[in-house]
Amino acid sequence: MSPLHLCLAFSSLLFAVGLTGALSRGSSILVLLGLELMLNAANLNFIAFWRFGPAGSPATGVVFVLFSIAVAAAEAAVGLALIISLYRNQRNIRLPEATRLKG
Amino acid sequence: MNAILLLIALATLGTAIVAMSGRNLLHSVLLLAVSWSGVAAFYLWAGAQFVAFAQVLVYLGAISMVVLFAVLLTRRAREDFGAPHNLTTRSRFAVAAGAAVAAVLLWAVSRSPLAGSKGPAPTVTVRDLGRQLLGQHAAALLVIGVLLTLALIGAVVLAAVDSPDFPEDAP
Repeated sequence: MSPLHLCLAFSSLLFAVGLTGALSRGSSILVLLGLELMLNAANLNFIAFWRFGPAGSPATGVVFVLFSIAVAAAEAAVGLALIISLYRNQRNIRLPEATRLKG
Repeated sequence: MNAILLLIALATLGTAIVAMSGRNLLHSVLLLAVSWSGVAAFYLWAGAQFVAFAQVLVYLGAISMVVLFAVLLTRRAREDFGAPHNLTTRSRFAVAAGAAVAAVLLWAVSRSPLAGSKGPAPTVTVRDLGRQLLGQHAAALLVIGVLLTLALIGAVVLAAVDSPDFPEDAP
Protein backbone atom coordinates (compact mmCIF):
# COMPACT_ATOMS: atom_id res chain seq x y z
CA MET A 1 0.00 0.00 0.00
CA SER A 2 1.24 3.42 -0.82
CA PRO A 3 1.50 6.07 1.92
CA LEU A 4 -1.42 7.92 0.36
CA HIS A 5 -3.66 4.89 0.83
CA LEU A 6 -2.56 4.61 4.45
CA CYS A 7 -3.21 8.30 5.10
CA LEU A 8 -6.68 8.06 3.55
CA ALA A 9 -7.49 4.94 5.59
CA PHE A 10 -6.32 6.74 8.74
CA SER A 11 -8.53 9.74 8.06
CA SER A 12 -11.51 7.52 7.15
CA LEU A 13 -11.23 5.69 10.46
CA LEU A 14 -10.86 8.97 12.37
CA PHE A 15 -13.98 10.30 10.61
CA ALA A 16 -15.90 7.14 11.53
CA VAL A 17 -14.84 7.44 15.18
CA GLY A 18 -15.99 11.06 15.26
CA LEU A 19 -19.28 10.20 13.57
CA THR A 20 -19.97 7.36 16.00
CA GLY A 21 -19.21 9.60 18.96
CA ALA A 22 -21.37 12.43 17.67
CA LEU A 23 -24.31 10.09 17.04
CA SER A 24 -24.11 7.96 20.17
CA ARG A 25 -23.33 10.26 23.07
CA GLY A 26 -25.90 12.09 25.13
CA SER A 27 -23.66 14.86 26.37
CA SER A 28 -23.69 17.84 24.03
CA ILE A 29 -20.00 18.57 24.66
CA LEU A 30 -19.05 15.12 23.40
CA VAL A 31 -21.21 15.64 20.31
CA LEU A 32 -19.31 18.85 19.59
CA LEU A 33 -16.00 17.06 20.11
CA GLY A 34 -17.10 14.35 17.67
CA LEU A 35 -17.74 17.08 15.10
CA GLU A 36 -14.25 18.45 15.72
CA LEU A 37 -12.79 14.98 15.16
CA MET A 38 -14.58 14.75 11.80
CA LEU A 39 -13.20 18.16 10.79
CA ASN A 40 -9.73 16.98 11.74
CA ALA A 41 -10.16 13.92 9.54
CA ALA A 42 -11.05 16.17 6.60
CA ASN A 43 -7.96 18.30 7.24
CA LEU A 44 -5.85 15.13 7.27
CA ASN A 45 -7.08 14.41 3.76
CA PHE A 46 -6.07 17.86 2.54
CA ILE A 47 -2.55 17.41 3.86
CA ALA A 48 -2.31 13.85 2.55
CA PHE A 49 -3.22 14.94 -0.98
CA TRP A 50 -0.96 17.98 -0.73
CA ARG A 51 1.95 15.72 0.22
CA PHE A 52 1.37 12.66 -1.96
CA GLY A 53 -1.12 13.71 -4.60
CA PRO A 54 -0.46 15.06 -8.07
CA ALA A 55 1.71 18.13 -7.94
CA GLY A 56 -0.26 21.34 -8.00
CA SER A 57 0.43 24.74 -6.62
CA PRO A 58 2.78 24.05 -3.70
CA ALA A 59 0.94 26.01 -1.03
CA THR A 60 -2.71 25.34 -1.87
CA GLY A 61 -3.31 22.43 0.53
CA VAL A 62 -1.62 24.21 3.41
CA VAL A 63 -3.63 27.40 2.87
CA PHE A 64 -6.85 25.41 2.66
CA VAL A 65 -6.12 23.63 5.94
CA LEU A 66 -5.32 26.92 7.66
CA PHE A 67 -8.69 28.35 6.62
CA SER A 68 -10.40 25.14 7.69
CA ILE A 69 -8.79 25.32 11.15
CA ALA A 70 -10.00 28.93 11.49
CA VAL A 71 -13.55 27.87 10.64
CA ALA A 72 -13.29 25.02 13.15
CA ALA A 73 -12.29 27.50 15.84
CA ALA A 74 -15.30 29.70 15.07
CA GLU A 75 -17.55 26.63 15.13
CA ALA A 76 -16.20 25.54 18.51
CA ALA A 77 -16.80 29.01 19.98
CA VAL A 78 -20.41 29.12 18.79
CA GLY A 79 -21.04 25.51 19.82
CA LEU A 80 -19.77 26.06 23.34
CA ALA A 81 -21.86 29.23 23.65
CA LEU A 82 -24.89 27.14 22.64
CA ILE A 83 -23.97 24.57 25.30
CA ILE A 84 -23.73 27.29 27.97
CA SER A 85 -27.11 28.59 26.84
CA LEU A 86 -28.56 25.06 26.99
CA TYR A 87 -27.21 24.68 30.52
CA ARG A 88 -28.85 27.98 31.53
CA ASN A 89 -32.20 26.79 30.24
CA GLN A 90 -32.37 23.23 31.51
CA ARG A 91 -29.65 23.05 34.16
CA ASN A 92 -27.79 20.20 32.49
CA ILE A 93 -26.27 19.56 29.10
CA ARG A 94 -27.91 16.26 28.19
CA LEU A 95 -29.21 16.25 24.66
CA PRO A 96 -31.96 13.60 25.23
CA GLU A 97 -33.56 15.97 27.74
CA ALA A 98 -33.46 18.99 25.43
CA THR A 99 -36.97 18.44 24.11
CA ARG A 100 -38.57 21.80 24.81
CA LEU A 101 -39.19 22.56 21.15
CA LYS A 102 -40.80 19.17 20.55
CA GLY A 103 -44.45 19.50 19.58
CA MET B 1 8.41 5.90 6.97
CA ASN B 2 5.20 3.90 7.04
CA ALA B 3 5.93 2.54 10.51
CA ILE B 4 5.95 6.05 11.95
CA LEU B 5 2.66 6.79 10.20
CA LEU B 6 1.13 3.60 11.63
CA LEU B 7 2.31 4.52 15.12
CA ILE B 8 0.81 8.01 14.83
CA ALA B 9 -2.44 6.60 13.47
CA LEU B 10 -2.67 4.00 16.25
CA ALA B 11 -2.09 6.59 18.96
CA THR B 12 -4.55 9.08 17.46
CA LEU B 13 -7.30 6.55 16.79
CA GLY B 14 -6.84 4.78 20.12
CA THR B 15 -7.11 7.93 22.19
CA ALA B 16 -10.06 9.13 20.08
CA ILE B 17 -11.93 5.86 20.57
CA VAL B 18 -11.30 5.79 24.31
CA ALA B 19 -12.32 9.45 24.58
CA MET B 20 -15.53 8.92 22.66
CA SER B 21 -16.52 5.84 24.66
CA GLY B 22 -15.48 7.00 28.12
CA ARG B 23 -17.81 7.83 30.95
CA ASN B 24 -15.90 10.74 32.45
CA LEU B 25 -16.27 13.94 30.44
CA LEU B 26 -13.09 15.48 31.82
CA HIS B 27 -11.04 12.43 30.86
CA SER B 28 -12.59 12.50 27.39
CA VAL B 29 -11.53 16.09 26.80
CA LEU B 30 -7.97 15.45 27.98
CA LEU B 31 -7.70 12.32 25.82
CA LEU B 32 -8.97 14.24 22.82
CA ALA B 33 -6.20 16.76 23.38
CA VAL B 34 -3.76 13.83 23.03
CA SER B 35 -5.59 12.78 19.87
CA TRP B 36 -5.28 16.29 18.39
CA SER B 37 -1.58 16.30 19.15
CA GLY B 38 -1.40 13.01 17.24
CA VAL B 39 -2.92 14.81 14.26
CA ALA B 40 -0.30 17.54 14.69
CA ALA B 41 2.37 14.80 14.65
CA PHE B 42 0.89 13.58 11.36
CA TYR B 43 1.23 17.07 9.90
CA LEU B 44 4.87 17.15 11.01
CA TRP B 45 5.40 13.71 9.47
CA ALA B 46 3.93 14.93 6.18
CA GLY B 47 6.20 17.96 6.18
CA ALA B 48 3.59 20.64 6.83
CA GLN B 49 5.30 22.30 9.77
CA PHE B 50 3.23 25.47 9.74
CA VAL B 51 -0.03 23.53 9.79
CA ALA B 52 1.24 21.47 12.73
CA PHE B 53 2.03 24.73 14.51
CA ALA B 54 -1.46 26.05 13.78
CA GLN B 55 -2.99 22.78 14.96
CA VAL B 56 -1.13 22.92 18.28
CA LEU B 57 -1.95 26.59 18.71
CA VAL B 58 -5.65 26.38 17.85
CA TYR B 59 -6.67 22.90 18.97
CA LEU B 60 -4.38 22.19 21.91
CA GLY B 61 -4.09 25.78 23.02
CA ALA B 62 -7.50 27.31 22.38
CA ILE B 63 -10.22 24.76 21.70
CA SER B 64 -9.25 22.22 24.36
CA MET B 65 -9.02 24.98 26.97
CA VAL B 66 -12.40 26.43 26.00
CA VAL B 67 -13.97 22.97 26.07
CA LEU B 68 -12.44 22.33 29.49
CA PHE B 69 -13.94 25.60 30.71
CA ALA B 70 -17.33 24.57 29.33
CA VAL B 71 -17.10 21.16 31.05
CA LEU B 72 -16.19 22.70 34.37
CA LEU B 73 -18.81 25.46 34.09
CA THR B 74 -21.66 23.11 33.26
CA ARG B 75 -21.07 20.28 35.68
CA ARG B 76 -23.18 20.26 38.76
CA ALA B 77 -22.80 16.94 40.45
CA ARG B 78 -21.03 13.66 40.03
CA GLU B 79 -24.00 12.11 38.28
CA ASP B 80 -23.60 14.50 35.39
CA PHE B 81 -20.49 12.53 34.57
CA GLY B 82 -22.15 9.21 35.10
CA ALA B 83 -23.51 6.58 32.85
CA PRO B 84 -25.85 7.67 30.07
CA HIS B 85 -29.35 6.46 30.69
CA ASN B 86 -31.43 4.64 28.13
CA LEU B 87 -29.04 5.29 25.30
CA THR B 88 -28.13 1.72 24.49
CA THR B 89 -30.33 1.44 21.40
CA ARG B 90 -29.04 4.73 20.04
CA SER B 91 -25.44 3.76 20.78
CA ARG B 92 -25.91 0.49 18.96
CA PHE B 93 -27.32 2.23 15.90
CA ALA B 94 -24.55 4.83 16.05
CA VAL B 95 -21.84 2.16 16.13
CA ALA B 96 -23.53 0.42 13.20
CA ALA B 97 -23.68 3.67 11.22
CA GLY B 98 -20.07 4.49 12.00
CA ALA B 99 -18.92 1.00 11.02
CA ALA B 100 -20.89 1.21 7.77
CA VAL B 101 -19.36 4.59 6.90
CA ALA B 102 -15.87 3.31 7.73
CA ALA B 103 -16.43 0.19 5.62
CA VAL B 104 -17.64 2.18 2.61
CA LEU B 105 -14.79 4.69 2.87
CA LEU B 106 -12.12 2.01 3.32
CA TRP B 107 -13.54 0.00 0.41
CA ALA B 108 -13.49 3.10 -1.82
CA VAL B 109 -9.95 4.00 -0.75
CA SER B 110 -8.61 0.49 -1.29
CA ARG B 111 -10.26 0.21 -4.71
CA SER B 112 -9.16 3.55 -6.12
CA PRO B 113 -5.92 3.59 -8.10
CA LEU B 114 -4.21 6.52 -6.48
CA ALA B 115 -1.05 7.37 -8.29
CA GLY B 116 0.75 8.90 -5.38
CA SER B 117 3.90 10.81 -6.12
CA LYS B 118 6.95 9.40 -4.39
CA GLY B 119 8.87 12.65 -4.52
CA PRO B 120 9.92 14.79 -1.61
CA ALA B 121 7.41 16.97 0.17
CA PRO B 122 6.65 20.26 -1.53
CA THR B 123 8.53 22.89 0.37
CA VAL B 124 6.46 25.79 1.61
CA THR B 125 8.29 28.35 3.68
CA VAL B 126 6.47 30.75 5.95
CA ARG B 127 7.49 33.51 3.58
CA ASP B 128 5.75 31.77 0.65
CA LEU B 129 2.72 31.16 2.80
CA GLY B 130 2.48 34.80 3.83
CA ARG B 131 2.79 35.92 0.23
CA GLN B 132 0.06 33.48 -0.83
CA LEU B 133 -2.25 34.50 2.00
CA LEU B 134 -1.90 38.20 1.31
CA GLY B 135 -1.74 37.90 -2.46
CA GLN B 136 -3.70 35.17 -4.15
CA HIS B 137 -5.91 34.30 -1.17
CA ALA B 138 -6.34 37.77 0.31
CA ALA B 139 -10.11 37.81 -0.27
CA ALA B 140 -10.53 34.45 1.49
CA LEU B 141 -8.39 35.71 4.39
CA LEU B 142 -10.63 38.75 4.78
CA VAL B 143 -13.76 36.61 4.65
CA ILE B 144 -12.30 34.30 7.33
CA GLY B 145 -11.55 37.34 9.50
CA VAL B 146 -15.10 38.62 9.17
CA LEU B 147 -16.45 35.12 9.85
CA LEU B 148 -14.37 34.75 13.02
CA THR B 149 -15.45 38.17 14.27
CA LEU B 150 -19.12 37.48 13.61
CA ALA B 151 -18.91 34.02 15.18
CA LEU B 152 -17.29 35.36 18.32
CA ILE B 153 -19.83 38.19 18.62
CA GLY B 154 -22.58 35.63 18.11
CA ALA B 155 -21.07 33.42 20.81
CA VAL B 156 -21.02 36.31 23.25
CA VAL B 157 -24.64 37.17 22.42
CA LEU B 158 -25.70 33.54 22.86
CA ALA B 159 -23.89 33.02 26.14
CA ALA B 160 -24.76 36.39 27.68
CA VAL B 161 -27.86 36.75 29.84
CA ASP B 162 -30.15 39.73 30.01
CA SER B 163 -33.26 38.08 31.40
CA PRO B 164 -34.28 38.81 34.99
CA ASP B 165 -35.01 35.11 35.55
CA PHE B 166 -31.45 34.40 36.49
CA PRO B 167 -30.28 37.22 38.68
CA GLU B 168 -27.39 35.13 39.94
CA ASP B 169 -25.95 35.06 36.43
CA ALA B 170 -26.12 38.80 35.85
CA PRO B 171 -22.79 40.58 35.83
